[in-house]
Amino acid sequence: MQDVSVTIPEKSIYGLLGPNGAGKTTLIRIINQIINADAGEIKVFGEALHPKHIGLIGYLPEERGLYKKMKVGDQLLYLAQLKGLSRSEAFARTKVWFERFDIKDWWNKKVEDLSKGMAQKVQFISTVLHQPRLIILDEPFSGFDPVNAQLITEEILRLKEHGSTIIFSTHRMETVESLCDHIAMINKSKKVLEGSKKEVKDSYKTNTFRIEHKGQVQFNNGQFVIKSQRALEDDHFETIVKVEGALAPNVLLQHLIAQTEVFCFEQKLPTMSEIFISLVKAEGDEALLKHLQEV
Amino acid sequence: MNKIWLIVQREFLNRVQKKSFLVTTILVPLIIPALLGGLIYFAVREAERAKPDVVEILDETGKFSLEDTKRFSIVPVKASLEQAKKAYQQSDHFALLYIPASEDVNNPTGITLYTKESQSVEKIGNLERMLTDKVKDFKMERYNIDKATLKDIRSTEVNIREVSLSDTGEEKSSNTGILYGLGMSLGILMYMFVFIYGIQIMQGVIDEKTSKIVEVIVSSVKPFQLMLGKIFGIASVGIVQFLIWIILITTVTSSVLGYFGMKMPQQQAMEQVTKQMDDDEVKEAMQQSSKMPEFLSNLGSIPFGQVAFLFLFYFLGGYLLYGALFAAVGSAVDSIQESQQFQFPITIPLLIGYFGLFMFVLRDPHGPVSFWLSIIPFTSPVTMVGRIAFGVPAWQLVLSMSLLVAGFLFTTWIAGRIYRVGILMTGTKVNYKVLARWFMMRN
Repeated sequence: MQDVSVTIPEKSIYGLLGPNGAGKTTLIRIINQIINADAGEIKVFGEALHPKHIGLIGYLPEERGLYKKMKVGDQLLYLAQLKGLSRSEAFARTKVWFERFDIKDWWNKKVEDLSKGMAQKVQFISTVLHQPRLIILDEPFSGFDPVNAQLITEEILRLKEHGSTIIFSTHRMETVESLCDHIAMINKSKKVLEGSKKEVKDSYKTNTFRIEHKGQVQFNNGQFVIKSQRALEDDHFETIVKVEGALAPNVLLQHLIAQTEVFCFEQKLPTMSEIFISLVKAEGDEALLKHLQEV
Repeated sequence: MNKIWLIVQREFLNRVQKKSFLVTTILVPLIIPALLGGLIYFAVREAERAKPDVVEILDETGKFSLEDTKRFSIVPVKASLEQAKKAYQQSDHFALLYIPASEDVNNPTGITLYTKESQSVEKIGNLERMLTDKVKDFKMERYNIDKATLKDIRSTEVNIREVSLSDTGEEKSSNTGILYGLGMSLGILMYMFVFIYGIQIMQGVIDEKTSKIVEVIVSSVKPFQLMLGKIFGIASVGIVQFLIWIILITTVTSSVLGYFGMKMPQQQAMEQVTKQMDDDEVKEAMQQSSKMPEFLSNLGSIPFGQVAFLFLFYFLGGYLLYGALFAAVGSAVDSIQESQQFQFPITIPLLIGYFGLFMFVLRDPHGPVSFWLSIIPFTSPVTMVGRIAFGVPAWQLVLSMSLLVAGFLFTTWIAGRIYRVGILMTGTKVNYKVLARWFMMRN
């Protein structure tokens, strides 16, 4: 990795994006102290990265894995103790999670007897059992059905509310869209984008508005350009308008109200996928473009 | 340190709670005495029941009047060779021995044994010995030695009592046979233990790697800690299993042997069995039993406490030395099949020790090759335990033990450097060049 510098605000959900091989896993492994960086420095909670921080970090790797022959309960106790919890503390917390996920009868089950989704739940618990201040989730939703994905989403938001910082590494733009506060994008070992979701979206917004209204509309001045117009129902139309120059949205609205009845008016912000695709197009990276269009 | 201890605990409990551990721990001590008991049982029964083989003798010289022995019942036939062969084929006799007429009975030629199936070397050897004895008798007679003198000469037997003089001038009788047997069994055990438990480490590492749990674990502990924890955890399983075996084998064996009325240590029982099987003369076995008290006292003179301690030390040392290498191999590959190519160079020094044990150490425990084999750390675990019983000078023991400790520290260091990179690498084609690169990697 070269000159990748990211700042992750505390108590936020931070999306780390980028194609396979971009260096996301390397960065995550460095933060987890699995490997050392050749150069540069990492600061966690304002301090230089130190082995004592291991207990403050929870890590859910993309490639999930548990001891297949080990019982669920024993396994969670073991992993929590490795993170520095005492046995009794680990026991108490495991019980809480078992109740929260309603899996009380799993304690004596072997992992190999669980379904993939069930094992994922266990692994998620093992990631957060020691109440880490920094949680690193690599593709957390892969392998979950929609019901469990929702459950995990709720847990992630709850953990954030309780003060944890969460780093997401993902390909899924809808995850980024709905959960992340901040994002960074890494490509070919370099950072290509970073900022809060709002900042990023604002910087890529195209001043385009979506309007639902009664009857057709027209604009005679050159400041409003109609990109498309179509009938949703008999007399109910949807129009996409791009505002040229630095005109305030209210000016457009005034023009509309003078002409017709308005049902809906919203600024059309680019989706994350659109931003990335445009970004990549600008960089002329064909391989990445293909990748992004696939996901 | 605390984390290593957690890993050791998990490795230990996880293995000890397995059914396979229970099965092997209990079955092995049962199987060994059962085999031993079975062998003794059949040996005894055969000796009791065995009917002597009937050997027809067509003696054209008329001088070889062989007597019946335990093994053979001699039936002289008088006919031409062709007739005798036909008659033999229709009989259920064991063999037809044809001694052609010859001018000089002192140098008989053309003696032929006709059998229906090819026979064991042992039986033919017995017959040859009987004939040789006969010819010797002829020769003795020709030199005018009378029968009584001859019998007296024949019954000559000299036994050497072995006494080893210690530095302090203390006399201890010793028995090379016992020492040989002890050295051999300890050496073989050592070889098996190091190999079996080494493979277990490798298997464990591969399992962690393929189940992907390793990434979670190394985010909590250093790879080196994980490796050490695994190695020590499996070592503790080995030691516990070993101790249970010793207790069970001793109890079960003595009760099995007791059933056959042979109340003696297993060592001697084994010797007894092999002797009985090798030797056709039951006389020999009788003689053996008259040596029993001396035998037992020899057995008692072996410092078993010291032997047991050194065995345990060399087991641990050898296990750690090879275990680390096995862990490194496990970390580099994705499956047991792939591990073959890297196992090979690890197995070579272990095998050198194993063959060195038989080729040099047991034959000449104090020779230069034996000395070097038992000093060099890679071969010393197997060969030194083979030497211990023969008495090894203290300085050699100290040298060998220190080198073994240095040896396993060295291999653990090398293995640790490969392991830390290897466990995170899946799907890479690994060769020695790649291993060397991992080893050299700074972080």
